[in-house]
Amino acid sequence: MHKLLLSVTVSTFALIAGGTSAQTDITVAIQLEPPNLDPTGGAAQAIDSVLYSNVFEGLTRFDGDGAVVPGLAKDWDISGDGTVYTFNLNSGVTFHDGTSMDAEDVKFSLDRARSEDSTNAQKGLFAGITDVTVIDPMIIKVTLDQPNGSFLFNMAWGDAVIVAAESIENIASNPIGTGAFEFSDWVQGDRLELVRNDDYWGTPAVLETATFRFISDPTAAFAAVMAEDVDVFVGFPAPENLPQFEADSRFQVLVGNTEGETILSTNNKMPPFDNLLVRKAVAHAIDRQAIIDGAMFGYGTPIGTHFAPHNPDYVDLLANSPYDPVKAKAFLAEAGFPDGFTTTLKLPPPSYARRGGEIIASQLRQIGINAEISNLEWSQWLDEVFKAKDFGLSIVSHTEPMDIGIYANPEYYFQYDNADFQALMVELNATADPAGRTALLAKAQKIISEDYVNGYLFELAVATVAKAGVRGLWVNQPTAAVDLTVVSWAD
Amino acid sequence: MIRYTFARLTSLIISLIVASLVIFSVIEVIPGDPASFMLGINAREDTLAALRSEMGLDQPLALRYFDWVIGMLQGDFGNSWTYKTPVSELIADRIWVSLPLAIYALILSTLIAFPAGILAASRRGGVSDVTIMGATQMGVAIPNFWFAMIMVLIFAINLRWFSAGGFPGWSDPIQGLKSLTLPAISLALPQAAILARIMRSSLLDMLSEDFIRTARAKGLTRRQALWRHAVRNALIPVITIIGLQFSFLLAGGIIIEQIFFLPGLGRLIFQAISARDLIVVESVVMLLVFTVIIVNFAVDITYAIVDPRLRRKS
Repeated sequence: MHKLLLSVTVSTFALIAGGTSAQTDITVAIQLEPPNLDPTGGAAQAIDSVLYSNVFEGLTRFDGDGAVVPGLAKDWDISGDGTVYTFNLNSGVTFHDGTSMDAEDVKFSLDRARSEDSTNAQKGLFAGITDVTVIDPMIIKVTLDQPNGSFLFNMAWGDAVIVAAESIENIASNPIGTGAFEFSDWVQGDRLELVRNDDYWGTPAVLETATFRFISDPTAAFAAVMAEDVDVFVGFPAPENLPQFEADSRFQVLVGNTEGETILSTNNKMPPFDNLLVRKAVAHAIDRQAIIDGAMFGYGTPIGTHFAPHNPDYVDLLANSPYDPVKAKAFLAEAGFPDGFTTTLKLPPPSYARRGGEIIASQLRQIGINAEISNLEWSQWLDEVFKAKDFGLSIVSHTEPMDIGIYANPEYYFQYDNADFQALMVELNATADPAGRTALLAKAQKIISEDYVNGYLFELAVATVAKAGVRGLWVNQPTAAVDLTVVSWAD
Repeated sequence: MIRYTFARLTSLIISLIVASLVIFSVIEVIPGDPASFMLGINAREDTLAALRSEMGLDQPLALRYFDWVIGMLQGDFGNSWTYKTPVSELIADRIWVSLPLAIYALILSTLIAFPAGILAASRRGGVSDVTIMGATQMGVAIPNFWFAMIMVLIFAINLRWFSAGGFPGWSDPIQGLKSLTLPAISLALPQAAILARIMRSSLLDMLSEDFIRTARAKGLTRRQALWRHAVRNALIPVITIIGLQFSFLLAGGIIIEQIFFLPGLGRLIFQAISARDLIVVESVVMLLVFTVIIVNFAVDITYAIVDPRLRRKS
């Protein structure tokens, strides 16, 4: 009862104080509910969608364009050999429980993530760290076993946010971070609420409260936006409805890029895909635009290699695999399969895979390849395709940013084993100089494109539908995040 | 009576033990490793092993089964792997959506079905009978999720009388009830159609019984005989169906809960299955089985009270 009275009083007050100025609350819908609220203990993207930058911050962070900018670290020095990073922390930073954030917390967070019993889903980000030393409360020194050009990038991930020893025990249900919003309430299955952190160390947020709702059904998503139950829907699941929102002056539609390279994953160790000519034939049999139009209603950018096209280091290699069924058939015949063959096409649940799979199967049939489709749940997919490598083809969007390094791991599920590429990645990791990195990345993109490791389809697009008055939303998704720190309503 | 009750109780306990074994083994053999689902494709082998041991998945199967059963006997359903909160809390939160929704839908369906069934039976072959039977035919044939989408389109998007979904909680009972109204109607309509047809046919059976003829012979009008004698007796099969429908409504609202994004038990099971949160699936399914078995037990006992012949048979 007290709580009820209080909330009535508060909202009345907000109403009076609000007066004629703009709205200060927002309801944001996303598709999936976070399973728990610990970004350092699970791979679920929904955790980052809700908490990244809003509640938790790392030493560095991604901005809306995917650039790495300072976060809790004000600036840093990198030693000449590239193995020692000395971070100067922002002062006056406090966690939401009132405890101060200093170098000890950074040490705790990094040591926890790389410890033996760590359950961090991206433990690889911390693999090169050999030592974390507190120099003084505002200075922390991180030593790496070898130079790592992407270390600052790694520290911007949601899995590398800074947490405190004092509040770690209940982080999964009561996340305590340093961000511009504080966690306030979570009605599991329905909604999660954030309130503005008035003691924020940086520029305070404009919004006072934010409510996240979780709507996975495409029909329900459409209804919720149309009925104006939600103000913003990030990752709107029904692309076929977007033109209707675009035509409606109540709404704005933002279509941006993700870091999701959607590929026709190919089992490089399984005959006949161990034959380069067969993979080349497959690559030429794919009509990317037909897949984008048919499966994604036209949203998505064609790619010719495993790299995000909005990244400045991207090389356009589409010319390596134009849609040419005649050539494809010739390559197949040259490989010794003039009449084609039969293989498996194992599809995870997302619509890009299920719809795209039907189209690809029919395109492959044109050149005589009979791809038998089986639809799998995610956990089955992880077991059969990812772990047991029991597949011929699959379709999956690799959503981790800058993940070309997976091609250097011969144990990775598509089993690409190329010593030159592996050496190139070692060299890349050891290179911090931007021009050098660009050249190496270009070379890497070329190698995997010319080896036709996988069928490179398109970069997954993300659609955000919002009320017309909402400002400051991210258009792109350089990492899974709904950054509300600069979001506001037009007057 | 005591022997009968004892026999029913024994069969109840055996049913529960068998159910727990079946649920546990079926769910454990479903392919898919919960740890790798949670940690995603970049997880390292040592991280997976750490998580598996944190969740107790490295223990032998038999040991985990006994831990689970003994925990449940003490009211401890364990901790959800993904939510990392006690399963009993998850269930307790959700039951306050699913249970009221099921009861709401059941009341609605009964309120629709009884008058419709009685009217149809009393005007057998007439215009109202044909109309009602036609409507129920459609009600049985059209799936409830379609009703749900049509209602969202009309009442949430166009008229804006209701929100399209979600559940604001019971702190404001009127708002809570309002948010369950469209889902309850969608669930109730097909059930009402079935119930109305059963009500009608059961009434018609009664109307041709000897005791109705006797009642008519004693001077009651057709309507009086219907209301005083036939309806009451026709209720027995109808109530059996209502009992079955209740279990269905409690567990079967998955699609409706999905369409209206309601945080109910159905959606909890659905999410838990896809996340391989086996402990949650096992416990919720076990709870539902327990409810059904207890309801059946209560029905058996009631039958015995009503019908003495059953007692002697055992």
